Amino acid sequence: MSEHIRAVSPITGVQVEIMNDVSILVGGRAGDGINSAGLIVAHLLNHIGYRVYMYFDYPSLIKGGHNFALVRGSGSPVGAHRNRADFILALNQDSIDLHGDLIRDETTILFDSGRVDADGIPVPVSEILKELDAPAVMGNSCIIGAFARSAGIEWAVLESVFRQKIPKGLEKNLQVARRGYDAAHVTQKIEPIGRETFPILTGNEAIGIGLLHGGLDAFVAYPMTPTSNILHFLAESAVDLPLDVVHPENEIAVFLMALGFAYAGKKAAVCTSGGGFCLMTEGFSLAGMAELPIVVVMGQRTGPSTGVPTYTAQTDLHFMIHAGHGEFPRLVVAPGDAAQAFTWSSLALSMAWKYQVPAIILADKTLCEGSYSFEQRAPPDIGEADSRMDPGEYRRYALTDNGISPMLHPPAPGAVIKVNGYAHDEAGITTEDADTIRIMTDKRKQKSASLKAAVEDLGSVIVRGKADASTAILCWGSNLSVCTEVADSLGLRLIQPVVLWPFPVETFQKALSGVERLVLVEDSAYGQLSMLISGYGFPTDDLVLRYDGRPNSVEELVARIQEVLA
Amino acid sequence: MTRSSLITDAQNTWCPGCGNFMILFALRNVLEALSEEGRSLDSVVLVSGIGCHAKIADYMNINSFYSIHGRTIPVATGIQLANPDLTVIACAGDGDAYAEGLDHLVFAAKRNVDITLLVHNNRVYGLTTGQYTPTSPLGFRGRSTPGGTIEEPFNPLELVLASGGTFIARESSLQMDSLQETIMEAIRHRGFSYVDILQICATYFNMTSYYRERMYRLKDHDESDFDQACDRMREWDYNGDAPIGLGIFYRREKDTFGGRLSGRKTVAVDRESAIRKILDERR
Repeated sequence: MSEHIRAVSPITGVQVEIMNDVSILVGGRAGDGINSAGLIVAHLLNHIGYRVYMYFDYPSLIKGGHNFALVRGSGSPVGAHRNRADFILALNQDSIDLHGDLIRDETTILFDSGRVDADGIPVPVSEILKELDAPAVMGNSCIIGAFARSAGIEWAVLESVFRQKIPKGLEKNLQVARRGYDAAHVTQKIEPIGRETFPILTGNEAIGIGLLHGGLDAFVAYPMTPTSNILHFLAESAVDLPLDVVHPENEIAVFLMALGFAYAGKKAAVCTSGGGFCLMTEGFSLAGMAELPIVVVMGQRTGPSTGVPTYTAQTDLHFMIHAGHGEFPRLVVAPGDAAQAFTWSSLALSMAWKYQVPAIILADKTLCEGSYSFEQRAPPDIGEADSRMDPGEYRRYALTDNGISPMLHPPAPGAVIKVNGYAHDEAGITTEDADTIRIMTDKRKQKSASLKAAVEDLGSVIVRGKADASTAILCWGSNLSVCTEVADSLGLRLIQPVVLWPFPVETFQKALSGVERLVLVEDSAYGQLSMLISGYGFPTDDLVLRYDGRPNSVEELVARIQEVLA
Repeated sequence: MTRSSLITDAQNTWCPGCGNFMILFALRNVLEALSEEGRSLDSVVLVSGIGCHAKIADYMNINSFYSIHGRTIPVATGIQLANPDLTVIACAGDGDAYAEGLDHLVFAAKRNVDITLLVHNNRVYGLTTGQYTPTSPLGFRGRSTPGGTIEEPFNPLELVLASGGTFIARESSLQMDSLQETIMEAIRHRGFSYVDILQICATYFNMTSYYRERMYRLKDHDESDFDQACDRMREWDYNGDAPIGLGIFYRREKDTFGGRLSGRKTVAVDRESAIRKILDERR
């Protein structure tokens, strides 16, 4: 699907391919800096006007193994990888041997000739490093230099990107890159198409920035793939922000500390994956009963149990909507790309505080650790709940029409603020009285109804592709981008509910109007969204499921959809 | 709620003779004294876990967070970190602090979080009708151990000392005046203040006469001496027959976790420009 145009290279005068959809594989061992190298390649494309997406694939180990990044640049917004590589930057033999399916006749292979045997452009990486007395980790700069040359990217672009992105050992890195640059020649020119650059963010960073935008005061977390990088990102950002970042002894402490922050009036969020969230569920129920606002970033990975820690899944939807004992309102949102991750993370925090409920941002490894060109869209202003009440008359759980009680935080002069995980009366005092139990349950149920009404009105279901097509692809979370691209290319409608709980039934029904065939694409073995919507009377016709921990490429999904529609 | 009295009008459901009454009144008296000194009780927060002790959250007419079993300490930690101006008092049972939430106890001491922890240690699970706890003596016959426990108790004071605690005391619900004095000292201490309160369970483990015969107050004791404190703590191991010392075993000044956390801050900038800066760095 790449649009290749034959043209004369302005640099060399020879005929080269010109593309506005380019895919690059960067591969090497863990420790070679493949993630950083992939990002530098993405930034080279960014600086010549391309929108980019990067998928980073790595096993659960620290040194060795095989890591690879699939970088894609395009003239239009992009968030999925292709089943082809126009360039391969190989720092190990696996980068060739394990990716034969990506290699085409026109693929340019740039390889470390000391370590890799391949047909293409050899780059004597270790000799260059030795001559320049540079450390091994600079090998990726060498191969990036070679790539820039073979893609016809001007040296000035590379130098400018290096100056911005490689503060440490810059001059040495530039020397190494220059030698790589000089060792290669132009094979396929990636034509500059613009000057505007976008920030390139991982989903994790977009979530973190969204939370900051929503007013985050405290972030509490215990590391767990794939969300640890939110903890790292916010810990680094906290220094010059009014933000406390705490890493306690376990996920139980994480959640309860965050509830302590919330009680004291600080907007708090936590992050984890399925196993960590298991430990948080007792606190999750407490948040429901005590009506404490909190945001959980839940990055799904292949389960159950330890599963496959660094690979993706969408298998915790039902866990999220049912987590915790007892019945209480909650919000579950599943953003699909960095832009949505920003908007909905900010919104999730605002909504958790307005409705005094726990909110979950349901992400997955593909979104969390994927990198995207980011376009900021301001979240809608949902306003705040009324917190006025005479301090002398203050009751933390005062009954109101919408179920939302005025929330004060200590110290509030004259008011006694009691929150309670037991069934309680309006003042927060424990009760076992039948009428009070029923009335207070109805109050929380009323809050549920208020929240439900609010989500119908927030752009909580996205429709893309061919708007009047009678066949629709249904997806959620990180499948958004690949499904959008496939829907566009096959002339189908695309429907993505961003809010999964309370399920926006009316908005979803409108999105389905005229749809005769609904195909669910999900990274699970059971089709969890299909089970959820069937409860509202919406049948799913076909399930296109994947549960090997890998996200679909555009070509793979086209083939799977064509197969079910045939 | 309004504060006409420090005790709410919630119906008190502790058993007659329960040691919790003494702790409730001691805490009330301490808070009254603090209030008379000019400290606003609006800035006091009481956190409790689950069990008989935890009902104190319903009975004290002050800000409170009635949390869940074992989680008193992380909740109290979060509140204190969120607002260092609050006085955070955490009440926990021995099941809370020493069993379900033992990890949090060790870490609160390790971090020197500026909270006061009062452990209502009656050495039996009362609300679940009489099972052994981590501080029940060997051979304790509870409903889950009808033939007697087959494990020794651990010594919580020693554990907190080893974990880095900076204020470690033991008191008894049978000695009201000393209990009040030590709670007051604990609240005044900057850092993690821990008081193990030997409390009578009138229904399942009434040790009144046992304690009365063995309790004595620490005298000629250097609170700042780690080794002396450790020796004194080891005198009674919560199991064998030995004199039971009461008072402050160990006290020292040390940076608090909250102080170090806020001490890391540089100049605070407004959110929007901080976000713009983060985005521009990623272009």
